[in-house]
Amino acid sequence: MHNPVPLPAGAHLLLAEAPAQLLPARELMAFTLASHIILVPMGVALPLITLIMHYRGLRRHDPTALLLARRWSAVMAIQFAVGVVTGTVLSFEFGLLWPGLMGRWGDVFGIGFGVEAWAFFLEAILIAIYLYGWRRLPARTHFLLGVPLPATALLGAFGILAANSWMNTPRGFRLDSAGNPVDVDVWKAIFTPMFGPQYWHFVVAMFVTAGYVVAGVYAVGILRGRRDRYHRLGFAVPFTVAAVFTPIQFVLGDSIARSVFQKQPVKFAAMELVWETDTHVPEYLFGRLHPDGTVTGGIKIPQLDSILAGFRPDTKVTGLTSVPASDRPNPTQATIAHWAFDIMVVIGSLLVLLVLWYAWVVWRRRKRPAPQRLPESRWFYRSAACAGVASVVAVECGWITTEVGRQPWIVYQNMRVAEAVTATRSSTLWIMFGVVIVVYVFIFGSFLALLLRMRTRWRLADAAGGTDSPAESPEAETPYGPRAPVAGPATGTGARAGKDGTP
Amino acid sequence: MTTAGVIALVLLLAVAAYACAGGTDYGAGFWDLTAGGAERGKRPRWLIDHAMAPVWEVNNVWLIFVLVIMWTGFPVLFQTVFSSMWLPLALAAVGMVLRGAGFALRKPMKRVAGRRLYGALFAVSSLLTPYFLGAAVGGVASGRAAPGTVASAHAWANPTSFFFGLLTVTATAFLGAVFLSCDAERWDAPDLVGYFRRRALASLAVVVLLGAAAFLVVRGDAPHLWHGLTHGAGLVLVVVAVVCTVGTAVMLLRGHARWSRFTATGMVAAAVVAWGVAQRPYLIPTSLTVEEAAGAPSTLVWLLFVSLGAVVLVGPALVLLYWLDTHGELESLTESDLRQGGGGSAAGRD
Repeated sequence: MHNPVPLPAGAHLLLAEAPAQLLPARELMAFTLASHIILVPMGVALPLITLIMHYRGLRRHDPTALLLARRWSAVMAIQFAVGVVTGTVLSFEFGLLWPGLMGRWGDVFGIGFGVEAWAFFLEAILIAIYLYGWRRLPARTHFLLGVPLPATALLGAFGILAANSWMNTPRGFRLDSAGNPVDVDVWKAIFTPMFGPQYWHFVVAMFVTAGYVVAGVYAVGILRGRRDRYHRLGFAVPFTVAAVFTPIQFVLGDSIARSVFQKQPVKFAAMELVWETDTHVPEYLFGRLHPDGTVTGGIKIPQLDSILAGFRPDTKVTGLTSVPASDRPNPTQATIAHWAFDIMVVIGSLLVLLVLWYAWVVWRRRKRPAPQRLPESRWFYRSAACAGVASVVAVECGWITTEVGRQPWIVYQNMRVAEAVTATRSSTLWIMFGVVIVVYVFIFGSFLALLLRMRTRWRLADAAGGTDSPAESPEAETPYGPRAPVAGPATGTGARAGKDGTP
Repeated sequence: MTTAGVIALVLLLAVAAYACAGGTDYGAGFWDLTAGGAERGKRPRWLIDHAMAPVWEVNNVWLIFVLVIMWTGFPVLFQTVFSSMWLPLALAAVGMVLRGAGFALRKPMKRVAGRRLYGALFAVSSLLTPYFLGAAVGGVASGRAAPGTVASAHAWANPTSFFFGLLTVTATAFLGAVFLSCDAERWDAPDLVGYFRRRALASLAVVVLLGAAAFLVVRGDAPHLWHGLTHGAGLVLVVVAVVCTVGTAVMLLRGHARWSRFTATGMVAAAVVAWGVAQRPYLIPTSLTVEEAAGAPSTLVWLLFVSLGAVVLVGPALVLLYWLDTHGELESLTESDLRQGGGGSAAGRD
C-alpha cells in the first residue's frame, strides 16, 4: 500500500535513538500529571463556586448556603494541600526527568512559570486566610479577602498554559550556529500562537468540570431521595455555573481544533487520522491507524474533516506523511490522540445536550416558586451525576490529545523528548515509578476515603441536629464564631432525617 | 552588580526564606516524630497541628519559587543540580508528598490508628526531606555537582553534604521548637511553652556543635567556601549568625519566646546568605560562575520584574497572613471540636 520510503528508515532511527530511560521517564511524568490534573479544576474553580455560594448566603442571610460554603471550604483545605504537594512533584520532575529541556530552554519559556509561581503564592496565602478565617474574621472582611481568589487562579493558569503552549508553538528566540537559543523575546515566548486558544479552552474546562463534579455529588443525593433545600441549592449553584460555561466551551473547543489545524498541522493529522495530505478528507469517529496508513474500525464520514477544518470540502488537510516518520507521532500515538480527542468531543456534545435540557426545564418553570424550578426527572439527575465523572474524563482526554499529539517533540520541531530525558538509569526510574504509584494510590485513596467519611459524618450530624430551627440548617447559631457543643433538642420534624451532608 | 548578580541574590534570598519558613515547618514535623506515644504526645501534636495548619502550604511555596528562579534565571545550574544529585532530590520530592499529604489527611482523621499512620508519614518525611535538601546544598557548596557530572553518590554522600544535611535537620528542629514555644503562649498552653523552650535550647546546642564541626569539615572539603566564609562579607554574615545564636540563647533562657523567633530566623537566614555570599562569584564553586550560568539577558530583566511584582503583591499578603495567624484570627473549621480533648462529637464540625 502506501508504504513511504522514509518509514522503515525512520522507524530504525527512532528505535536506535530512543534511550532506555525514555519510557519510564515518560510514564512517570504522565502518571503524576494525570493524577495532578484531576485536582486542578477544583483548585482553579472551586473557590469561585464557593464564593458564589458564600455571597448568596451573606446577601440573603441564607444559613443553608453558608453551610454549603463552609463545607466546601473544609473540602478545599484538604484538596488544596494534596494539590500543592502533587504540584511540587511536577516542578521537581522538570529537573529529575527532563534536565535537557530546562537546561537549554529554561530561560526562553520559564518566565511563564515565574508568573505562575507568584500567582500561586498569592492564591495559597489567600486560600489559607479564607479557609481559616471563617471563625474569627468579620463576615464581610472574610468574604472580601476571598474575592481575589479566582483571579489568582486564572493568573496561575496563565503561567502554566504559557509554558505548555510555548512547547507546542515555540517562538521568541533564534538559534545560533551551535543550535542554542539566543535573542530571547520574552513577550513573544509567552504569547505564542497556541496560547490564546489553549488558555481559554483550559480555563473554561476548569469551571465546567468543577461545576459538574460538585453538582454531581448532590445529584447523587437527590437520586437517593434527599430533595431538601440543602441538596437543591448544592446542586443548582455549581450546575448553573457549569451550564453557563458549557456552550462557551463547545465554541472554544471547535476553535482550538481549527487553531491546531493551522499551527500544528501534523498534530491535527494525528488527532483526525489523516495519513496523506489531501482535499475532501473524510472524518473518522474512533477507528485505528495502522503503520501502512489504513484505518480500521470506526465510522467514516466522507468529506467531513475537510469541512470541519476549513468549512469547505475542498479544504486541503495536511497528512502525517507530509513529514518523515521520525518527526511525527507513530500510528499508535496517533490512534491514542485520536481516541482522546473523539472522546472529549463526544463528552462535550453530550454535556451541551444536558445543558439544553436543564435550560429548557428551568425556563419553562421560571414563574414557579424557587423549590419547584429544578427538573424532576430521575434521568436528568442520573445524567448530571455522570456529567461530573465525564467532565474529568474530558479534561484527561484533552490533555492526552495535546501531549501525545505533539510527539515525538518536547519542544515542537525543536527538541525531541528523547533529547531532553535524564541520563539516570532506566532501572532507577522504574523503581521510582513504582514508589510513586504506591504513594499516589495511597494518597488519592486516603483523600477519597476521607471525603466519603466527612460526608457520612455531616449527614449524621444533619440528621441528628438542627431540627429546632425554621431555617433549614443544622446550626441555627451565628455562622461565625464557635459552635455550641450540642445542637438544640433533637425532636425532629423528620424533614431533616437522612439529609446528606455531602461535600 | 549585573542583572545576573541581582537574580542570583534574589535566588539566594528565596532559598533563605524557604529555609526559615519551610524550616519551621519541617521542624514541627521533627517534634511530632519525637513527641512520644499517642497519649504522651497528644498535646504537643495538638499544638503542632493547629500552629502549622494555616501556614504550612504558604511556607512551602517558597520552594517552587526557588525552582522557578533556578530554571528560568540559571538553566544550566538547574540542569546540573538535578542531573548530578538525582537520588536525594527524587527522595526529597517523595518525602514532600508524603509529608504534605500525611499532615493534611491526619487532621480530619478521627481514629487513633489512622492518625498514627499519617502522623508517622508526616513526621518521618519531615526528617528525611530536609536532610536530602541539605545534602544537595552540600554537593553544590563543595563543588562536587559540577556541570556535566552524571548522577553519582559521590556528589551528595560526602563530608560536606553529610554535615550540611544534619545541620539542616537540626536547624529546622530548632526553628520549629522556637516557633512552637511562642505558639503555645498564643494557644494558652503554658505547659507547652516550657516544653518547646527546652527543646529549642537543646537543639540550639546541637546546631552550634554541628555548625562548628561543619565549619572544620568545610575547611578541608570545600576550600573555596571556607575562604569565603572567613573573609569579607561572608565573615560578616557568619558573625551576624553567631550574634543571633547568642541572642536567641539568651532570650530563650530568659523566657522571651516571642522575641527569640526573630533572632532564630535571623540566625538561619544569615547562615544561608553567608553560604551564598561565600560562594561568589560561583553558583557551583570553581566550575560555574553566575555569569556563565545566566540565562538570556532579556529573560533576566523580565525575571527581575516578575520578582518585583512578587514582592509588591505577595509581600503585603504574606504579612497579612502571618499577622492574622499570630494574632489568633485564623482557626481551622474543626477547631472547637478538637480543642475539647479530641472527642468525636460532630457538633463542633460544621
